[in-house]
Amino acid sequence: MAHQQPTLDLSPPIGDATHKTTCYMCACRCGIDVHLKGGRVAYIEGNRDHPVNKGVLCAKGSAGIMQVNAPSRLRAPLRRVGPRGSGQFEEISWDEALQTAVDWMAPLRATAPEKLAFFTGRDQSQSLTGWWAQMFGTPNYAAHGGFCSVNMAAAGIATMGGAFWEFGQPDWERARLLLLFGVAEDHDSNPIKIGIGQLKDRGARIIGINPIRTGYNAVADDWIGITPGTDGLLILSLVHCLLQAGKVDLDYLARWTNAPLLVNEDPKSPDRGLFLRDAAGKPLVLDRRTGLPVAFDAPGVKPGLAHGYRRAGITHRPVFQILADRYLSPDYAPETVADRCGVPAPRIRALAAELAHVAFDQAIEIAEPWTDFRGERHETVTGRPVAMHAMRGISAHSNGFQTARALHLLQILLGTVETPGGFRFKPPCPKPMEAQPRPNARATPGQPLKGPHLGFPLGPEDLAVDAAGRPLRIDKAFSWENPLSAHGLMHMVIANAHAGDPYRIDTLFLYMANMAWNSSMGTERVTRMLTDIDPDTGEYVIPRIIYSDAYSSEMVAYADLILPDTTYLERHDCISLLDRPISEADAAGDAIRWPVVEPDRDVRGFQSVLIDLGARLGLPGFVTDDGRPAYADYADYIQRHERRPGIGPLMGFRGDGTDTGRGAPNGDQIARYIDNGGVFTHHIPTGARFMKPWNAAYQDWAIALGLQDRRQPYLFNLWLEPLRRFQRAAEGQGDHQPPDHLRARLVAAMDPLPHWSEPLEQAAIDQSDYPLHALTQRPMAMYHSWGSQNAWLRQIHGENPLYLPTAVWEAQGFAEGDWARVTSPHGEIVVPVAHMAALNPHTVWTWNAIGKRKGAWALDPRAPEATRGFLLNHLIHELLPPRGDGHRWANSDPVTGQAAWFDLRVRVEKAPAPQESQPAFPPLASPVGQGPATLAWKIGP
Amino acid sequence: MTCLPARTDRKLGLVIDLDTCVGCQACVVACKGWNTENYGAPLSDQDPYGPDPSGTFLNRVHTYEITPENAPAQIVHFPKSCLHCDDAPCVTVCPTGASYKRAEDGIVLVNESDCIGCGLCAWACPYGAREMDATARVMKKCTLCVDRIYNENLAEEDREPACVRTCPTGARHFGDLADPDSAVSRLVADRAGLDLMPDLGTKPVNKYLPPRPRDRWEDASVLAPFLEPVADSPQGFLGWLDRALERL
Repeated sequence: MAHQQPTLDLSPPIGDATHKTTCYMCACRCGIDVHLKGGRVAYIEGNRDHPVNKGVLCAKGSAGIMQVNAPSRLRAPLRRVGPRGSGQFEEISWDEALQTAVDWMAPLRATAPEKLAFFTGRDQSQSLTGWWAQMFGTPNYAAHGGFCSVNMAAAGIATMGGAFWEFGQPDWERARLLLLFGVAEDHDSNPIKIGIGQLKDRGARIIGINPIRTGYNAVADDWIGITPGTDGLLILSLVHCLLQAGKVDLDYLARWTNAPLLVNEDPKSPDRGLFLRDAAGKPLVLDRRTGLPVAFDAPGVKPGLAHGYRRAGITHRPVFQILADRYLSPDYAPETVADRCGVPAPRIRALAAELAHVAFDQAIEIAEPWTDFRGERHETVTGRPVAMHAMRGISAHSNGFQTARALHLLQILLGTVETPGGFRFKPPCPKPMEAQPRPNARATPGQPLKGPHLGFPLGPEDLAVDAAGRPLRIDKAFSWENPLSAHGLMHMVIANAHAGDPYRIDTLFLYMANMAWNSSMGTERVTRMLTDIDPDTGEYVIPRIIYSDAYSSEMVAYADLILPDTTYLERHDCISLLDRPISEADAAGDAIRWPVVEPDRDVRGFQSVLIDLGARLGLPGFVTDDGRPAYADYADYIQRHERRPGIGPLMGFRGDGTDTGRGAPNGDQIARYIDNGGVFTHHIPTGARFMKPWNAAYQDWAIALGLQDRRQPYLFNLWLEPLRRFQRAAEGQGDHQPPDHLRARLVAAMDPLPHWSEPLEQAAIDQSDYPLHALTQRPMAMYHSWGSQNAWLRQIHGENPLYLPTAVWEAQGFAEGDWARVTSPHGEIVVPVAHMAALNPHTVWTWNAIGKRKGAWALDPRAPEATRGFLLNHLIHELLPPRGDGHRWANSDPVTGQAAWFDLRVRVEKAPAPQESQPAFPPLASPVGQGPATLAWKIGP
Repeated sequence: MTCLPARTDRKLGLVIDLDTCVGCQACVVACKGWNTENYGAPLSDQDPYGPDPSGTFLNRVHTYEITPENAPAQIVHFPKSCLHCDDAPCVTVCPTGASYKRAEDGIVLVNESDCIGCGLCAWACPYGAREMDATARVMKKCTLCVDRIYNENLAEEDREPACVRTCPTGARHFGDLADPDSAVSRLVADRAGLDLMPDLGTKPVNKYLPPRPRDRWEDASVLAPFLEPVADSPQGFLGWLDRALERL
């Protein structure tokens, strides 16, 4: 047949409208163009003008169309009719649902506000949800950070006034070397991928430090397959090598960090470990010009690092000398740490040498004059182009806070923070720990809390404990057990409420957190706690559970009242500077979501529902003086709410539409955002872009924008004095004293200089019984439990074998298709296995949250996610194994309370293949039925 | 049997950088989305919420593990779609003329109204790049987004395949591989781009850029000078510190 070709329509219409909004297929908040045909979603792609993703979009984002049509979407408010955990519900009206919630909550507010515990999951509206809880008056509020990455967040803010991801980023444009520690494939998704592409284009080097070589680590030029939980030790060994060679930025350390501050070293002094201060309380440094102590911020001062100072018979030494003493010790020599880290000593030295070479021999100078807080003008900014990024891999260990501190110490010693080519803050950061709020936790019936729940205690007096030292919060956040729990401890709420420790609650109110499945440690145990009956009352031990979710998750089945949320394309949201915005190193940024399609079900955006509940409960701020609802809905709140005069959720188009940051509310603001592509950016001027914590021009820009009300220059905390204050208390100093059983642990954990300690669980067990580390990673194409309801994404990741390293695979003669019994100190599972060579030899792992409960997510109960998929959660406990000291210790970081997911130790044995993964659970009744048998989803003709 | 055009004016195709591809599957899903809504029958899914979900995809990412002799194992992500071969056996095998290669740009397409769903083309393709849609019973394959790249309803910068536009790492490149001066041809020249299975004689237009060498740590002796100790005792370190501060 001769060549012939038909005539094609090469210009079909893309849609009849394009609406620009913000993605929510994961937490990264990329901009999307939603193309509609006849009011229905026809295609989703990245928004080229958006600062986060610049047009690109990941697999999850592109699959959004299959989320908006997902059969798992809840359809109407539900009231439980079967026993908890059965999944049996009846549909009720919104009026009935809201009245039920009010009937449960109003008496609690009047008598004991702490009996309501309100915890939100991957919530992007914490400035609203937190404020609501504050106005309700319960101390029991937090979002999911405690089981996610609070160690990164808290260590970053405490050490340098900002953390990775939302509040800081590698300088992708200028870095010549990138170190990635424990970054799977998330946080943040597209920006890291874009950045890796940029580095590769320029020929910059990437080194991946991760037990597992997937994803970003697969494309890294070099891979260090470190043993889990030892990153801190590796980092401090790098510090050892760099100090030994003098490859640290002394000028940077002397000017911008607390390296020159003078620490009281007198063992007999009550103030040992605290800084020498002047009468006004300002820390002192020794001025190199005069040798005399002066305030650290005195004009023209040249802080010294080399000499100590004696005053009133008390010896003081600069922080730098104390840290040099510590890290020059042979304890941190590469040869000492190599075996433990699983990294040969020459490799550690080579990495240190490469850091030194890039930082000091490839320095960049940018001619951008600026003036520092001491009044000194600088003609250039010096960059040391070593960038680093880290996330849950180092964070989700019980030594994660100090490990993250060690990482920041390394960055700072090299002079790479807020300098070109290194790590750069994103507004509203930098914001030091001192400028963050203190926690508020004292409940008064009928009254709001005095201030926000979450913050940073600077010493024992700021803890959320009563006069006897007992925790005020249900999750024991900000207690002596974990003083710096800046994001709360959501993973402890159900266990503590069930145990009545520190007290019982009445109503548990949760938003988009799958606590009856993949977000809890010991899933089976937690579901039993949710269904346990109190024999004295005949009621559930946790009497009432209200849950809001958009989808038929496992948690839905364990609640009594369901408030169905919309999908992300059917709602208003704001990605706010008051919360977790989308700023870049060179610009502040915020954004909105808006309903690009209308819901086809009887569902309401949770934030609008919360505002409605606030009005019905008469909460201050949610009602007008005459008792009417203050806001019609969330959109109205976004436009009209003022947190401080002139400062609202969105910075753009304020006042008459021309004000930015500060300005009166504007009823046209959301419309203006929509016209602007759903996003607003405000650039930092040249001369203010670098050295932000100390740069007068940046500080003034931030004040004008409303990010802060005054200049707040500060020094980076190499020595973290607030930790020392807790240590002092544990040593018996001061009025606020910890319980005796916590003293030794506090002294060890609250070390003011970064240290490495063995993860708590492995220190508590016989490691020969559990020789392997077990980890999870999030795949790039799935977000937690959300992906499995998505017809396209579940075809990519429908199963999650446990990957075994070669040594384990060969030693036990595993073959393809085999199963294994995996045993931890807390339980066992039987699961499918697969071989992987690009893996630390002492580590097994699987993809996170692929396993599903039968009947959830509108999947067929025979779905592979429910029959072959599994969770490692069954092997993990929120408490450590008993030690025989009468106490059960939390499986959390002792500084922040971060859930130590990755401390898990297991043994693996070949097992006969069961019918399905073990443990197997009975099916839940699906409140939404099941999905269709086929899909051919074309909207247009 | 169907004839190929005598020559094509251009050879439009993809250059895929295996050094940079992180295996994120963004291209797979963007392709699925665009081609479900556009060219021909939608890409259907069978049992999408059931025990054995499957569906039509025009682009899939495969993952391979490689264990070199004296270096750690490596993972390579390998996206695969139709390579728009010059000598496309899937075209010549077609009994109805439904499979064809466009003379103007070399894109290989299926004219669905002439496709009888016999599956010979998928059998003939050595790359496994064609998939029979189980609902429409027609053969589906990568169109190189022929309905995007010339589409006057799209901004100029968006006239590229959906997989290229969405790729977060920039590992996918689109252009004319017949033009030696095009950006894609230069990439292939600079990075020693490869044909997939060249011995089959299909002359694929798409090229792959191989991963750069990995795990090539510098010899410790080369790096040693960067870590020359400044002192051999704590006192010596303080002395160095004093001198170094003097120089600031």
